[in-house]
Amino acid sequence: MCTMIVEKAEISGSGKGPDGWFTLSHVAVSYDHPFHLPLEHALNIDFLNEAQGPGARTAVELTPESARQLVRVIQAALEQGQESY
Amino acid sequence: MYQTDMYEGMLAETVTIPGHNGDLINAYVARPLGAGPFPGVVLIHHIPGWDEWYKETTRRFAHNGYAAICPNLYYRDGHGTPEDVAARVRAAGGVSDEQVVGDVEGGMRYLRSLPYSAGKVGVIGTCSGGRHTVLVACRVKGFDAAVDCWGGRVVMSQEDLTEKLPVAPIDYTADLACPLLGLFGEDDRGPTADQVAQHEQELKKHGKTYEFHIYPGAGHGFFYYNRSSYRQEQAVDGWEKLFAFFEKYLGGPA
Repeated sequence: MCTMIVEKAEISGSGKGPDGWFTLSHVAVSYDHPFHLPLEHALNIDFLNEAQGPGARTAVELTPESARQLVRVIQAALEQGQESY
Repeated sequence: MYQTDMYEGMLAETVTIPGHNGDLINAYVARPLGAGPFPGVVLIHHIPGWDEWYKETTRRFAHNGYAAICPNLYYRDGHGTPEDVAARVRAAGGVSDEQVVGDVEGGMRYLRSLPYSAGKVGVIGTCSGGRHTVLVACRVKGFDAAVDCWGGRVVMSQEDLTEKLPVAPIDYTADLACPLLGLFGEDDRGPTADQVAQHEQELKKHGKTYEFHIYPGAGHGFFYYNRSSYRQEQAVDGWEKLFAFFEKYLGGPA
């Protein structure tokens, strides 16, 4: 079913889309139907620039286990990086 | 029934129609060539958007003798690839029920205004569009048959209600104004078999004309040939049932 589960945050950074790099304004994380991954539900992450229109999007669709791995490695890298630099 | 020596032709194109609030939105229309008259079908696209599957399905109805229209429910959210636009709507928590009802009513009015209209119009949707189909069939007068394909959230708990989805469609059952066909997968988690049973109970309570089929071995989205949820046998049977249902209540092709 369509879960309508979505979390959104303002972020700063850059993303690379079909037309090259763009400035990011938001990230939307949903647990809902993916477009490509052959699962009914996936953890979908869209890095967006809302002012630039729907095409300013860098997307990934992950299995739930992969999403947890991503969270783990992001936390680990952040901790190492911010401790050392 | 089609014979190989019969003429076939179809026109399919994008048009602009007034939707909710009189807003102009675009819509994909397909119809057989000829004077008709043709019964009409409004298609309500799913959460993944106004995509290729829905355009193909619109043409499939035309191929089977219907004038069909699929309004772009995400028109107001900008333009890009269907996936990018649908992702934007997903990030915004979907579109409001009120807006969808108005846009679908606009599609129905467009079909009724056409010189080749046979005067009867049905509505069909899958996934979120299945839910919207139930909603529209209850809230809009002017539909003669409705087909809900695995619409989740027809039954909603109080906690599920939001500003955009303020009322569970099941609560409008008393107002259902046309026969309803429901096609569901037994393994679906939304709607679950229990939720389908609850809906059926409500339809019975209000003396509504309906026909529900729950397919074993199928889950959500079993018509989608481009997804792993596709179930060939159940999909073929489902298509037969829905065309028979529309023929019964809308009249056959010209």
